[in-house]
Amino acid sequence: MSAVAAAKVPSGEARDGAAEAIHVENLHKKFGQLHVLKGVSLSARDGEVIAIIGGSGSGKSTLLRCINCLENPTSGIIRVNGEEIKLKADSHGHTIPADRRQIERIRSKLGMVFQNFNLWSHMTLIENVIEVPVHVLGVKRDEAIAQAEKLLARVGLAEKRDVYPAYLSGGQQQRAAIARALAINPRVMLFDEPTSALDPELVGEVLKVIGDLAREGRTMVLVTHEMKFAREVATHVVYLYNGLVEEEGPPEQIFGAPKSERLKQFIRNIG
Amino acid sequence: MLAAGREGPADRASNTGATLIESFLPASAAGIIELLSPAPVGWGGTLLVGLLHSLEIAVGATIVGLLIGTWGAYGKLYGGPVVRDLFAVYTTVVRAVPELVLILLLYYAGTDLINQVLTAMGYQRVDISGLVAGIAVLGFVQGAYSTEVIRGAILAIPQGQIEAARAFGMSPGLLLRRITLPAMLPFAIPGLANLWLIATKDTALLAVVGFFELTLATRQAAGVTKAYLVFFLAAGVLYLCVTLVSNFLLGRAEKWARRGMPSLKEAH
Repeated sequence: MSAVAAAKVPSGEARDGAAEAIHVENLHKKFGQLHVLKGVSLSARDGEVIAIIGGSGSGKSTLLRCINCLENPTSGIIRVNGEEIKLKADSHGHTIPADRRQIERIRSKLGMVFQNFNLWSHMTLIENVIEVPVHVLGVKRDEAIAQAEKLLARVGLAEKRDVYPAYLSGGQQQRAAIARALAINPRVMLFDEPTSALDPELVGEVLKVIGDLAREGRTMVLVTHEMKFAREVATHVVYLYNGLVEEEGPPEQIFGAPKSERLKQFIRNIG
Repeated sequence: MLAAGREGPADRASNTGATLIESFLPASAAGIIELLSPAPVGWGGTLLVGLLHSLEIAVGATIVGLLIGTWGAYGKLYGGPVVRDLFAVYTTVVRAVPELVLILLLYYAGTDLINQVLTAMGYQRVDISGLVAGIAVLGFVQGAYSTEVIRGAILAIPQGQIEAARAFGMSPGLLLRRITLPAMLPFAIPGLANLWLIATKDTALLAVVGFFELTLATRQAAGVTKAYLVFFLAAGVLYLCVTLVSNFLLGRAEKWARRGMPSLKEAH
């Protein structure tokens, strides 16, 4: 458990019951001279929805991307599903994963949704959704297709199954990207500012899909600028400031009774 | 011909013209058809065999070039400093030296080197077939150009798509096969199509090392029959046909590779 968890309010007690899906401890990340993360700890238990908020440059996206080693942390401990990611130093002194197969296995349990959707442009939606199940997880093709059709129907894109991503709106692409992430039956869903690249009128449809997932008890870590949404769906909110956890707690506390001056100001500015 | 005494200057001029034309063209259309007929009296068969050899070399060299190019592009983009430097030297040198010089160098020096190695190791000298040597030499040249075309195409892929593949646990090999290669194809096909057309014509350079391809076959046919214009025009038409068929097929391939991309006309 992270140090801050000790100072938790009563509603946090439920957090200690379930198994820990993601555990991050004292994480540092430097890009050259730039020290982006300066010792961040984070924990996500089964069924929790962790919202990471913070200003631009606070390190929130970097933190999320370190969890599946899209960015290699400079130092610190990351455990996914209780398994610690093995890291080593390369010849330049950069930290890299020590075991490629381990990192691939761990990544295939984390459903990542990106700010810019990042659907594969040479594949139709159904092909995008079955790609990882079929080629990484070894699911039979017809089974994967049956499951993918259900997932596309669930995000409201059943009739778009044979359409290429470039012919869809941003909101539709992001919903398809969520279906692609769900198709691997992930232990945890990771969302990296999923609505930041969308036109305002398309944000709602994507938030609704994410909200439904949160309500059905899926474990999620969500980096977002949508404060109202974070307050609605998160079970735990982490406010990052300048590479450190400035304050964390249940949403009622973070948004209702923030203690830190910086957080108060951040909420004032956003609201 | 008119009697010599009544022949005026004008007649003499037209006579010279006719002789000039006759030196290029045989007397009649029937004669041309006979010259070009594929059956033994004509030389059409010889030309077609030459064309077949040219196409074998071009296809082989393009395949070798694509393999080298894919490795080269990957090496240049993702390799360590040594690998990057090696490929940089390779692409620079090959693209700096005229292809004819490279062909002479690699063909003679290459086969000589192989035989010297073989004799040093106590084996018999081998005769390296012109086909294999031609494919190897032109493939080596094509590889350098392909490396740059494919490298540029990989750089044109939106990097988020590669990141997404990594984020879902794809291994490097799977990522190359399922994402990088198909995603770079629409950006690479115009450049690779150029290289293919250049390869079909570069086969003519192998005539200098005595490989029996279309240009050498044409020279032979023309030399024996003295019908230079007929045979070189015929060869030109054959090269043109190769290009037309290639354009059609490459157009289809490009359309398929761009299947996920709206056409520019639809964009505003």
